[in-house]
Amino acid sequence: MIASGSPVAAMTGFARALRAAGVAADATRLATSVAALDHLDPLDIEHVYWATRLALCAEPDDLPRFEALFDAWFRDRPAAPPIPSLPDPATVSAQLRSLPRAQDDNSGEQPLRTAANDTDVLRRHDISALTDAERDEINRMIAMLAPKVGARRTRRYRPGGRERIDVPRTVRAMLRDGGEPALLAYERRRTKPRRLVLLLDVSGSMSPYADGLLRFAHAAVRVAPATTEVFTMGTRLTRITRPLRLRDAELALRAAGSAVPDWSGGTRLGESLRAFLDRWGQRGTARRAVVVLASDGWERGDAELLGEQMARLARLAHRIVWVNPHRGRSGFVPATGGMVAALPHVDELVAGHSFDALRNVVEVIAHA
Amino acid sequence: MQPSSFPDPTAVADALDRAGYLPDTGIATAAFLAIRMGRPLFLEGDPGVGKTALAQALADITGARLVRLQCYEGIDASQALYDWDFPRQILHLRAAGDAADTASLEASLYDRRFLVPRPILQALENSPSVLLIDEIDRADDEFEAFLLEVLADNAVTIPELGTIRAETPPIVVLTSNRTREVHDALKRRCLYHWIAHPDFAREVEIVRRRIPDVAEQLTRDVAAAVARLREADLLKPPGIAETIDWTQALHVLGATSLDAARAAATLGAAVKYHEDQIRVRRDLLPELVESR
Repeated sequence: MIASGSPVAAMTGFARALRAAGVAADATRLATSVAALDHLDPLDIEHVYWATRLALCAEPDDLPRFEALFDAWFRDRPAAPPIPSLPDPATVSAQLRSLPRAQDDNSGEQPLRTAANDTDVLRRHDISALTDAERDEINRMIAMLAPKVGARRTRRYRPGGRERIDVPRTVRAMLRDGGEPALLAYERRRTKPRRLVLLLDVSGSMSPYADGLLRFAHAAVRVAPATTEVFTMGTRLTRITRPLRLRDAELALRAAGSAVPDWSGGTRLGESLRAFLDRWGQRGTARRAVVVLASDGWERGDAELLGEQMARLARLAHRIVWVNPHRGRSGFVPATGGMVAALPHVDELVAGHSFDALRNVVEVIAHA
Repeated sequence: MQPSSFPDPTAVADALDRAGYLPDTGIATAAFLAIRMGRPLFLEGDPGVGKTALAQALADITGARLVRLQCYEGIDASQALYDWDFPRQILHLRAAGDAADTASLEASLYDRRFLVPRPILQALENSPSVLLIDEIDRADDEFEAFLLEVLADNAVTIPELGTIRAETPPIVVLTSNRTREVHDALKRRCLYHWIAHPDFAREVEIVRRRIPDVAEQLTRDVAAAVARLREADLLKPPGIAETIDWTQALHVLGATSLDAARAAATLGAAVKYHEDQIRVRRDLLPELVESR
């Protein structure tokens, strides 16, 4: 309880615990919360609750963590609901390392050992069948891709062009000349990059490609951090935009990896997509955006649900690009249940199995 | 009424209650702290949950004027802060002709009467005021940086006129629908409150406040039905605004309780997506009416 020590000390410790649980309870917020309590009754637990909650939380996702920790700290309740904490980075990086690696020890098949320095061949090779050295080379190449989306016109104008007369600027010029009509100043519409949303399937069947796709996503976030959003879909939806904003690719991938709880699990595309649309897409993230869905379309859940959600997405998005790694294989027919349900709503179905295929994705996005 | 006249959150709760806004403890405490600490209040919550209404109620209880700034994509300083009335300046210039001397003419051109105050300047000039910055997430992120500057100083500097400072800083309420992440620098300055849907009893009370002459049974039926709809995983779950609209619609039709025919006829007041309507009509409607 607060009685056992100064309130400020108790709140500092509490804020630290919140930070450890992933809530953005920084020093400024802590100061706000202490100041808030100054106006309230520090011996009333409800007042302490609101003084800390209003100042220390910043988004709805913070609230469950806050509740659990508050109960444990101030209400002397055992932390019955386990505080959701980030997994140990060491285990995650081990997970990441083991995850997308090719099976080098696989039945003597050593593809392209001699061609490891021949990038022309390498770039067309399936990412899932590379050796470590080749993979490093490809990773470097992916990092250099700059997936950038085309622009759209906004409501805002800027000087120049001949689109329409800029009245304030013209009048200002007239005022300078004592009211005599001067040269007309023109303005034209500003353009802005379209939002890019990447939805990456990280289920078991996609695991050989997950690393490459994440690197691709990282490259996209680096090019346009403010207008790119990345989510992973598996058994649940996870937003990994924030970790991917780290500049260093390895650090970013590790941070993203630790945020995703369902690596190589099952696939519930329909449900994940619905979660995306409910929580993000419909509110605006998907509106007029170019949405890139990377998945092989193996749906363990209800394919009909996936179809419905794809229809919803199609009504919001500017363009939907489906990246299917199997598309690159000869004799590919989009026959998996999910793929069949989704196909009517997909604008563009492209491969994503090799570096060249990913570069093609860049082209498609740029002209979407 | 002076802002300092609220000794504790309960007093704010009572005042809001009298102003027709029924708050829970969280909202009352948030409002109290916003008034006392002079911190902006950052409100999030599902659409129709009463974010904008809270700003209006805050203005009522503090005796302040509500100034609303609706954000949209591409909004900039000339729409949020101030602009010059160029046509009037030109007319003034023409009317003065060649007679006036240049220096005084120039000075008279940038007179206060040619200034068009936009919401933020209005809020600073007319204190006390409540400045509602609605749907901040729709504005561009550069606009946030600009807002941050204004909110930090509670003052606006106009190069031709000088600095205009608020006598008493306005109570600032920001709302967001989370279409994008608002920058942390702005959020950090604010008190953050997530407004949840009210519980059944409070929702009934809110509706009865808004539509006093409605039958009590109808209010309870509708509130119960809306609570079911919120659990039904719709594309757009109805908010309090929808509950009020739906009750109002049924009341206009002369209903005193919820029956199947009228519920079906007025469903559009509560459920506003075609897919949702189909689902509700097919699966939920009989259940909604029976449940009372």
